[in-house]
Amino acid sequence: MNAEIRPIRTPAEQGLSGELKALSRAGGPRIAALREAAAQAFHDNGLPHRRVEEWKYTDLRTLMREALPLATPAPVAQVEAHQSLLLDTGLRRIVVANGVVVPELSDLADLEPGLSILPLAQALAGGSEALARLGALQPGRYDAALALNTALATDGVVIEIAEGAQIARPVHVAHVVSGQRPAASFARSLVVVGAGAHFTYAESFEGPAGLAYQVNSATEFVVGDEAHLDVVRLQEDSASALHLSTLLFEIGRAAKVHAFSFGIGAGVARTTLYASLEGEDSQVGFNGAFLLKGRQHADATLFLDHQVPGCESRELFKTVLDDSARGVFQGKIVVRQAAQKTDGRMMSRALVLGDDAEMDNKPELEIFADDVQCGHGATCGAIDDDLLFYLRARGIPLKDAQSLLVQAFVGEAIETVEHEGLREALVERAEAWLAARG
Amino acid sequence: MPAVQETVDQVRSIDVDQYKYGFFTDIESEKAPKGLSEDTVRFISAKKDEPEWMLEWRLEAFRRWQTMREPDWARVSYPPINYQDLYYYSAPKRPSQLSIDDIDPEILATYEKLGIPLRERDALLGIASGGTKVAVDAVFDSVSVATTFKEELSKAGVIFMPISEAIREHPELVKKYLGSVVPVTDNYFATLNSAVFSDGSFVYVPKGVRCPMELSTYFRINERNTGQFERTLIIADEGAYVSYLEGCTAPQRDENQLHAAVVELVALADAEIKYSTVQNWYPGDKDGKGGIFNFVTKRGDCRGDRSKISWTQVETGSAITWKYPSCILRGDNSQGEFYSIAISNGRQQVDSGTKMIHLGKNTSSRIISKGIAAGRSDNTYRGLVSAHRKATGARNFTNCDSLLIGDKCGAHTVPYIESKNSSAQFEHEATTSKISDDQLFYCRQRGLDPEEATALIVNGFVKDVLQQLPMEFAVEAQKLISVSLEGSVG
Amino acid sequence: MALLDIDNLHARIGGDHGKEILKGLSLTVNPGEVHAIMGPNGSGKSTLSYILAGKDDYEVTDGAVTFDGENLLDMEIDERAAKGVFLAFQYPIEVPGVATMTFLRAALNAQRKKRGEAEVSTPDFLRLVKERAGHLGINQDMLRRGVNVGFSGGEKKRAEILQMAILQPKLCILDETDSGLDIDALKVVSEGVNALRSPDRAMIVITHYQRLLNHIVPDFVHVMNKGRIVRSGGKELALELEANGYAEYQQDAA
Repeated sequence: MNAEIRPIRTPAEQGLSGELKALSRAGGPRIAALREAAAQAFHDNGLPHRRVEEWKYTDLRTLMREALPLATPAPVAQVEAHQSLLLDTGLRRIVVANGVVVPELSDLADLEPGLSILPLAQALAGGSEALARLGALQPGRYDAALALNTALATDGVVIEIAEGAQIARPVHVAHVVSGQRPAASFARSLVVVGAGAHFTYAESFEGPAGLAYQVNSATEFVVGDEAHLDVVRLQEDSASALHLSTLLFEIGRAAKVHAFSFGIGAGVARTTLYASLEGEDSQVGFNGAFLLKGRQHADATLFLDHQVPGCESRELFKTVLDDSARGVFQGKIVVRQAAQKTDGRMMSRALVLGDDAEMDNKPELEIFADDVQCGHGATCGAIDDDLLFYLRARGIPLKDAQSLLVQAFVGEAIETVEHEGLREALVERAEAWLAARG
Repeated sequence: MPAVQETVDQVRSIDVDQYKYGFFTDIESEKAPKGLSEDTVRFISAKKDEPEWMLEWRLEAFRRWQTMREPDWARVSYPPINYQDLYYYSAPKRPSQLSIDDIDPEILATYEKLGIPLRERDALLGIASGGTKVAVDAVFDSVSVATTFKEELSKAGVIFMPISEAIREHPELVKKYLGSVVPVTDNYFATLNSAVFSDGSFVYVPKGVRCPMELSTYFRINERNTGQFERTLIIADEGAYVSYLEGCTAPQRDENQLHAAVVELVALADAEIKYSTVQNWYPGDKDGKGGIFNFVTKRGDCRGDRSKISWTQVETGSAITWKYPSCILRGDNSQGEFYSIAISNGRQQVDSGTKMIHLGKNTSSRIISKGIAAGRSDNTYRGLVSAHRKATGARNFTNCDSLLIGDKCGAHTVPYIESKNSSAQFEHEATTSKISDDQLFYCRQRGLDPEEATALIVNGFVKDVLQQLPMEFAVEAQKLISVSLEGSVG
Repeated sequence: MALLDIDNLHARIGGDHGKEILKGLSLTVNPGEVHAIMGPNGSGKSTLSYILAGKDDYEVTDGAVTFDGENLLDMEIDERAAKGVFLAFQYPIEVPGVATMTFLRAALNAQRKKRGEAEVSTPDFLRLVKERAGHLGINQDMLRRGVNVGFSGGEKKRAEILQMAILQPKLCILDETDSGLDIDALKVVSEGVNALRSPDRAMIVITHYQRLLNHIVPDFVHVMNKGRIVRSGGKELALELEANGYAEYQQDAA
């Protein structure tokens, strides 16, 4: 019927529109067209607000007050000081600072056979076959964060794993924001895992404490038949920062994909995950743990699209909320008519520690095939008094008892991380978060 | 042929046209001119001999409605409704509500056919109600045609009468409570209802009174092109208890008919209201032609401490159901319940669920929803559970299960769970599955044919909800479930 | 006339490329007889019971099954049940929300209806159930609970025998009825089964172990391996198997 009349644009929308006027032309006509379309979509729709169902609980029109200037490259020495660079010493590290790959700090030499890593900017300039996959998976509807990323990101990492290659050493892409003035950085990465290959990918996010910067990251994963991919994400951006990230998965037949998101940072964080199950008999697991305090706001939103028969999906998200933090979980499992024998289970659990904390859960099932087993659950509440009592009766002080129970609570999710070094790094982060509660 | 395939075929082949309440009663009726304007509102108000304040209330609603847009967030689709192409008022010509003998015999016959005894002596003989006494308010198109057991109820101090009568006889109660739960501006259909509602039931149970019998309203849409906009208001004063049943049927017609009702419940301190619905409006034929658009706003306000409101619904009819019976848990220690069975078949679309709004301290709510989708239908559970900042100790348990019969239907679950209080404890679980092959095989090995086996398993699936219904209704509901799903059985 | 006549039965599981499980099985069962079918795991014993009951997952590719003079394979699952084929499941299925009592009555009346008999009156039915349930140590509480829901292994098996006692089939197929039973439960179940032995009722008792046959003494014992009956004999054959195991048959067939 009649089109919605767009309200007056916010300062942030005006600022972003200004930045969208001059788009990069690198990467050939297809990429340029993608950028144009994304910019146009932003012009037409702007930032999402609470009446946009997918962003109901994360109203960017309100939460994103202004558009910051685009970040400029940071001096190497300054970047080097960041701690998440040392996530785990056994990893192959690539550093992306202010949205730009820093070769001096990146371990690009001696790549294992079957592993190829290229900065996106280089791939766009020089052409790369993998680029044909960039932007291939589009969510069904307009997503402002992804549109801005598509239009504005000029660097990131392109990783290709050859068919059958078993890459034992994980690749860690460390996203770092560096500098004294708030700026916006965009990074786009692409990971193509060939049929039958095995690969572990980690990415981390951090920046100067107290700095109100903005990060917008998008990573696309193309997972071949019978491939095995593990993804581990650590988001510990500044508590004043705005963090938007999008993960897109296109998954082939009989593949195994596991992705874990761990978030303790950012003032406002939104992670959107799209997974399209396009080959039969695949198994996917998307899990996460978020520890929030102060006035932090973290939103994890998932769209799982079962298009073919026989796939299994599992989601487990744990959120711990202290002070007046706000957690959001939205998860939608779609099972198309063809996707018979789908087995999908989703669970979101929130533990509320702070008196003024809030949790919003919206697990959804949309099912068109009959021969399925699907379910979701959501719980939200304080620590079980009986458990606390039990521990205290054994002589454990209240705070310690709480910490133990919180650790056990998030531990159930963190345990699903296969790589030991990464798993331990996450456990350490959780312990440190709890210790800081004092 | 695999058993499940066979069941699917059985269900697919069901004759939705066998809707047994699809007859039309030929009586003379009086209608408002077609279309909706201030004049229509004035016409209805004049017909009801309403006081000026009521007319003003309606007109305010109508003006507001003109500025509103029809909601589109539900998972239903239907051609645009032409609100000017409907009759907003239709009443049987003979005067009603005088004495049973004045009622058009055709209408009496209609209710008899529906199994609703309007003659008290019939009811006393136990016709259709299995021996239990049930007071009935019968609403035929736009007016209430009979209310039984009025006298016996009034001895207990219970007021049970058509709302049109209550407006004249108990204006102080109506003024105080009408629109206090569902405000005039609440939503598009509720606002429309506020402007044009013609009749419905009014119940007031005074302090400390346990209503001596079940109260019930039977709604019947009879006239062509007529919208039905009934309004029900139930008030349970402090410490009172009432159980209210509602049933609905309509003739089989090719066009869609609009039903936009509003039900408001108010439970004061220590009061309890149990509200049960068996909704069996005409669902349209198997190709989706005709059927009732059931756009209903039902809400209960647990206004007093320790009050309790319980909704139970069995939804098998209507082409489209858009309905979210809700509870506002305002009083401390108040309780809300929602038990629902929603069955869709043919081309039916159901978007139904509940809202539990926890405002008071130590409030608790429970949601048990069983959705069954068959044929080419879509069945959505949509619900909200929220705890506001001051709702210390709020508790909710939600269980939504969906069953799919056949691969052309859809079952969807859209819960919103919002907690703003750290001591709130919410638990939600939902599952979607089909009837298992093993269960079917087991039942058939014991001699049940596929239809019987399906009906048995489905009845087991919905049992937790059926148990909440008063006995007579539960039996009726169980039969209805078999009929809605199986065609030849039952 | 034989009650059941299985002639050269071949069957496979699922689809065209399914695995062949029965490979030319023949068996004749007369009224009043109790046949035990023994064999190692995977020999096709349970498959035979499912095929006789009409489970969809199996496809008969060759051979014939005649029951009471009619072609059993042509009949629907529930038709077979009404004709008198009863399968006591190895793993009885749970039907939540449907009270055992309701289920029994629905089954009995459905079968009677198919046979053109009148429904059983409520008092008669209640009397019947009460009497039979008592013998099997099944209390009212179990009868009120959902079919097999929350029943222990032993309770499930007893409930199966109760169903058999109420439905009065001509042919009882007991699929591993002894599995998961302790000695006391085994006794109760066996007594329940023995009480149903009669000159016009036949039984096929499928079991892996001989111990059940101490309680339900068979007229014939058949050894099944790789989809075929490889040896038949009297009840003493069971004892021989108990002593020597199945190894010799498995080698023979290999």
